[in-house]
Amino acid sequence: MEKWAEKVEELVHHGRIKVPYTWSVGEVGSRFFIELRDHRKIFGTRCPACKKVIVPARKLCGQCFRQTDEWVEVSHEGTVQTFTVVRFPSDVQPLKPPFGYAVIRLDGADTGMTHLLAGSDPATWRIGMRVRAVFKEKRAGNILDMAYFQPIRG
Amino acid sequence: MERIAIVGVGQTKYERMKRGDSFADMVFEATSKALEDARMTIKEIDNVVTVSNDFWDGRTISSMAVMDACGAYEKNVSTVEGDGTFGTLYGMMRILSGSFGTTLVVAHCKGSESVSSLITNGMFDPIYQRALGLDAITSSALQAKRYMHKFGITDEQCAQVSVKNHGNAKNNPYAQLAMDISVKDVMASRMLSDPIKLFDASPISDGSCAIILASEERAKKIAQKPVWINGIGHCAEAYFLGDRDLAESPSLETAARKAYAMAGISNPLKEIDVAEIYDAFSYMELLWSEGLGFCGKGEGGKLIDSGKTQMKGGLPINPSGGGLSAHAVLVAGLARVAECVLQLRGDAGTRQVEGAKTALAHGINGPCGQSHCVIVLGK
Repeated sequence: MEKWAEKVEELVHHGRIKVPYTWSVGEVGSRFFIELRDHRKIFGTRCPACKKVIVPARKLCGQCFRQTDEWVEVSHEGTVQTFTVVRFPSDVQPLKPPFGYAVIRLDGADTGMTHLLAGSDPATWRIGMRVRAVFKEKRAGNILDMAYFQPIRG
Repeated sequence: MERIAIVGVGQTKYERMKRGDSFADMVFEATSKALEDARMTIKEIDNVVTVSNDFWDGRTISSMAVMDACGAYEKNVSTVEGDGTFGTLYGMMRILSGSFGTTLVVAHCKGSESVSSLITNGMFDPIYQRALGLDAITSSALQAKRYMHKFGITDEQCAQVSVKNHGNAKNNPYAQLAMDISVKDVMASRMLSDPIKLFDASPISDGSCAIILASEERAKKIAQKPVWINGIGHCAEAYFLGDRDLAESPSLETAARKAYAMAGISNPLKEIDVAEIYDAFSYMELLWSEGLGFCGKGEGGKLIDSGKTQMKGGLPINPSGGGLSAHAVLVAGLARVAECVLQLRGDAGTRQVEGAKTALAHGINGPCGQSHCVIVLGK
């Protein structure tokens, strides 16, 4: 393999796939984001079988394969189940490193929600710490209407 | 059930950037090597399963563009868009269906040709998770932290996996990162997303791997020594990270239980002689070892401390160097299978585990090992 490369220049072609998508959010997701956007409220849905409150709200409980049937408002505050401090940049990251990701169990929820963690010194972050959602002033009806979760001092 | 054999394997060398090879070139090389290994011709291949991903290739219907390279002319070719262990499973099912006597399974990926964090961000749903910018490294970091916190696994114990596997890679001519490193080197390597440091993470790799499966009847007519699939199990769990306790792997426990039941294994630590498991990150080898029942829950750290998984231990894990030493995505699971075949035939060269009679290959799909496939192989 190396031999031919001595005689032939190895060419590469640069390209980019850029396809616009229009993803339907669906009834349950739409209601979740409208509550977030218009009322700064975080909602989950309850599974009629296992009674778990799933956050963010989803149409189905995958575990029970049942359609959720009750909307439950949960707290803006919750507990960090796990987190990481990101040190490398990527074009898809909404914040500049260092910033965090966390799985957060909001008070009143039975599942964790993955979101961003920021707003205090990452060196002080711990599993089990309490955090609160920080809402954007201008909200568009998407998951980043919550800008990030910030540790609660105390 | 009819037994299925693996009668040939072939791999390219795994490299950071195979500029000299298009992905079809790699597929041709791996396929040709597998045929040569089996001492078969392409005419004896009844059907082909490619293992490939359209996002990584940057082209849709990724199987079709490599069909020349895998000899699929005038044959049935289908694709598994997932890990190579699942490609093995599908290839095996195609024989068990009675439609085919042999299946070529060939996986390819060129991680170097795109941007891994952008591609792996695409595995998250576009409604609730993708806009957060999560990727394979950051999501795995959430799992690593949760696992280490819950069971008191240390950074040093994870680092030992990296030291072991990069050291083992020195005996594997196909590996990409054969390195003599120490726990201190791993600990001092650049932090990517805590607790995952550069040397805790697998490299970006280009490469291809192929295996040839055969029915028992066909295997009798093939010159190469058959290695038998004695057990296979697979299982998936929740997609959303927050629905799972990332510190445990119930889907792997189920997959392993099924594979062991089929293979008649009751004590995997004793009965399995060598294991090749999917370590995209160092912590994964410990967490998956627990799911595979090589140790108790939370004892992955103790297992690496014990030395049992070293080359000279009772159950060497990843003599090839594992994913940490070469991680062509999707290909990596098939490489685990191919390495087990070499071990059982006694063809593993300087990475040979002496007298290996039973081997285990393991692969994963989805974020943080959402889905697992466990394959028990025997002579």
